[in-house]
Amino acid sequence: MAYENKDQVKIGLEIHIQLNKLNTKMFCGCRTDYQSDEPNTHTCPICLGLPGALPVVNKKAVECAIKVGLALNCKISEYTQFYRKNYYYPDLPKGFQITQYDYPIAHDGSIIIEGEDGERCVRINRAHMEEDPGRLVHEGSIEHSKYTLVDYNRSGVALLEVVTEPDLQSPKEARRFLDKLRNIIEYLDVSDVNLEGAVRVDANISIMGGQRSETKNISSHKASEKALLYEIVRQKNVLRRGKTVVQETRHFDEAREITVSLRTKEEAHDYRYFPEPDLVPFRIADLAPMIKETLPELPDAQRERFIAQYGIQEEHAKTLTAELKLATFFEEVLFKGADVMLASTWIADLLKGELNYRGKTIDSFSKTDLLEILSLLEKNKITEKSGIEIVRTLLDTQNQSVSRIVKGKGLLRIEGDEVTEMVKQAVEGNKDAVADYKNGKNEALNFIVGAVMKKTRGRADPKKVRELIIQQLHTTQAGINS
Amino acid sequence: MITWQSVPETKRFIETEGAAEAVHRCFERIKQNDFNSFITLNIEDALSVAEHASGGRLCGVPIAIKDNISTHGIQTTCASKILTGYIPPYNATVIERLEREGAVIIGKTNMDEFAMGTSTETSYYGAVENPWNGRCVPGGSSGGSAAALAGGEVPLALGSDTGGSVRCPASFCGVVGLKPTYGAVSRYGLISYANSLEQIGPMATTVADAALLFNVVAGYDKRDSTSVKKQFDTTEPLDMKGMKIGVPGEYFGEGMNSVVEKAVWNAVYSFEDLGAEYKEVSMPHTKYSLAAYYIIAMSEASSNLARFDGLRYGHHAEEGDCHTSFSKTRAEGFGDEVKRRILLGSYALSAGYHDKYYLKALKVRTLVKKDFESAFKTYDMLLAPTMPYPAFKLGEKIKDPLSLYLADVNTVPINLAGVPAVSVPCGFENKLPVGLQLIGDFFDEKTILQAAHKFENSTDFHNRRPGGE
Repeated sequence: MAYENKDQVKIGLEIHIQLNKLNTKMFCGCRTDYQSDEPNTHTCPICLGLPGALPVVNKKAVECAIKVGLALNCKISEYTQFYRKNYYYPDLPKGFQITQYDYPIAHDGSIIIEGEDGERCVRINRAHMEEDPGRLVHEGSIEHSKYTLVDYNRSGVALLEVVTEPDLQSPKEARRFLDKLRNIIEYLDVSDVNLEGAVRVDANISIMGGQRSETKNISSHKASEKALLYEIVRQKNVLRRGKTVVQETRHFDEAREITVSLRTKEEAHDYRYFPEPDLVPFRIADLAPMIKETLPELPDAQRERFIAQYGIQEEHAKTLTAELKLATFFEEVLFKGADVMLASTWIADLLKGELNYRGKTIDSFSKTDLLEILSLLEKNKITEKSGIEIVRTLLDTQNQSVSRIVKGKGLLRIEGDEVTEMVKQAVEGNKDAVADYKNGKNEALNFIVGAVMKKTRGRADPKKVRELIIQQLHTTQAGINS
Repeated sequence: MITWQSVPETKRFIETEGAAEAVHRCFERIKQNDFNSFITLNIEDALSVAEHASGGRLCGVPIAIKDNISTHGIQTTCASKILTGYIPPYNATVIERLEREGAVIIGKTNMDEFAMGTSTETSYYGAVENPWNGRCVPGGSSGGSAAALAGGEVPLALGSDTGGSVRCPASFCGVVGLKPTYGAVSRYGLISYANSLEQIGPMATTVADAALLFNVVAGYDKRDSTSVKKQFDTTEPLDMKGMKIGVPGEYFGEGMNSVVEKAVWNAVYSFEDLGAEYKEVSMPHTKYSLAAYYIIAMSEASSNLARFDGLRYGHHAEEGDCHTSFSKTRAEGFGDEVKRRILLGSYALSAGYHDKYYLKALKVRTLVKKDFESAFKTYDMLLAPTMPYPAFKLGEKIKDPLSLYLADVNTVPINLAGVPAVSVPCGFENKLPVGLQLIGDFFDEKTILQAAHKFENSTDFHNRRPGGE
């Protein structure tokens, strides 16, 4: 069904991505692996903004930014330049942030996402670099803390800001865009998006052609959808009361799941942007073709390849390539000789489902274990149901192995005489059902099958059981007749 | 009385008496003069470094450092209350290079607060006396460095020049001061006033010493992205025969002291006697330089000085939330001239005025630069007065900021363009020195230093000493 967008929702996003896979910060040699270290131990005169210290551009950071720009189908600028954004805040040791203004690294790109109504092309306005400020830490909560502590370990870490055009038409599309962007970033290996604060979103939204609000401080994809849904309701209520939506900056309160006004347009900061005199403009046009050569296979291309090369279902290919680790896991399992169809179904559907349910990632499952399970399934040694039981046991308990679980739970498929014996017993033990069947009630057969399956705890092949029961009934009949 | 002043003389003294004795004499002289040329003296450390001095082009030679250049372990204040007590945990690149050559840092010299001034009167630590006349200013903003040299306190000093801050005090105190080409000397560790304009500059009592100091501190530094990969050799002698000199008429404008004008023309004729040819040349955009300079310098300053909020170092006023505390710290910590420039600079960069002032100033800057580029297609060097007049009286202009700004009329175009210029003594007016400015093409420090050296050899202005010594 066609998506109407009756509220004329227009959403544009600004996404800050920490380039935390770089060893060093944007303008100095301080290391970026500060996450588990003492505050203010990853600092130097440059990222502390000490008087006289000068920034020097991290070439690798620029290369990462170009990589992302290319992956978002952007044009790479011929020259790029840094600017100063001036404002006072305790987390900003220089009293300005080095960022970009005119001449960003990349501009005018686009990516395609699954929209409300078929494909949606989301235009990318620009991708530019800037430095992360430090981090403010409050004792307890921000309202009740008597003081604020400042940690400059984060100060100067390279950030990439991706700015979209207002092409998104619903909170769901915004979330899908973020998922896709995160997916691409992961494939490019420029950021560990799972680290705290690695991705931060500002969302601009307007309805019915009115003024837009900008909501800051959104730290997750789920939160962005919630914040946007809240904003639509809020803006609709404003209109319903006959008022107009004002242009303003709002703050997303994650705990209360609402947005609160931070400042209106009149109170907007004048950042007094001007070119950073300590960094000269530099040519990046020549870098782009070389970097393009080194781009890895991106999710869209990989999905197409999985379908073409392995002949797997489109849905499975989508799930597998939504996460680099999952796709890699899949291909590695294939390389070890697993059956393609079995592997794609088991990883994309069953395993992924069990992992999601537990909030776990593919890291917590071993390839060898899956290979063993797939091999048992392929050889018909266990049923699908037992396979799932093994997966669950492996995820929920420690120090387990597939063979131990199979043995311990007696999950090997029951075959031959053992099944025949059980069928015999079932036929003898359910005289009424047998009589019903003979009187033409076919459902009675299902009842007997169920009895056998119960007895085997699902370890027999139900089709085979059915065949055996029919065979058995006919034999019995023959016996009576004779 | 001291018997040594130039670097060669100092080295001879060190050979017989030892570097520690030379350093000791410096401190005695500073105390005796009492010009207020230093903010911080590095007595213990300097004596110990001198005792262990061994090797290098400046082995054991005392040097004074302007107080806006970061020195590891030595208080660096920019002559501002806001940085009182700030001790840098790192050295500026120029300091590293000086230490590598065995120089001994005597102390940190007085200056206009954050290098904003032409008289060294805006210092939080009080004004500096001109050694030639205690009632006159030494010029600024590197007034402490110039006074220390003229007063025989040190043989070498570093200053910084954003719009004339090395050349003006050199001119007023009768010493030599070089503003290098933008990018020739690393700014790493120089506390920024206006980054796109300024350079650290050598100051000395002779051209040869200034050239030596320049050769020690100049050269590419990967920590300063605006520094340039160039080799400097200023020692190779230059033949003056057939050298083409341009004399820009715009540098002899209104308000020019006639004795200064005459002294500069006499200098031009001296060069003629040495075999050079001169011609008058027009630099049509000179008249817009001052306005463009002040807009650019103040705009950059308004951003550069934002970091002084009292949170991490220097003066801190405890009051209310962080923004109240920042405001109070800055209200208490900055002097009037600094506040004036921050306000004007913030205004010039603000939305609605940015294009009208800042962008316009950048365009003028390009035109001024083009004046120089076209002049250097024909001429090897330009000659002009450094300052329109000799040192003025302490207190004479400080209440009238605009007249102080106008004093920079002949120095700021050089910073806008980025070319090098050196000021050398070329005469006296009422027992006060007059400075000649030799302006060179980009990275052609060699020509102006060699020419200045020849001029120095053919005159005796540099031999005269305050008090007739």
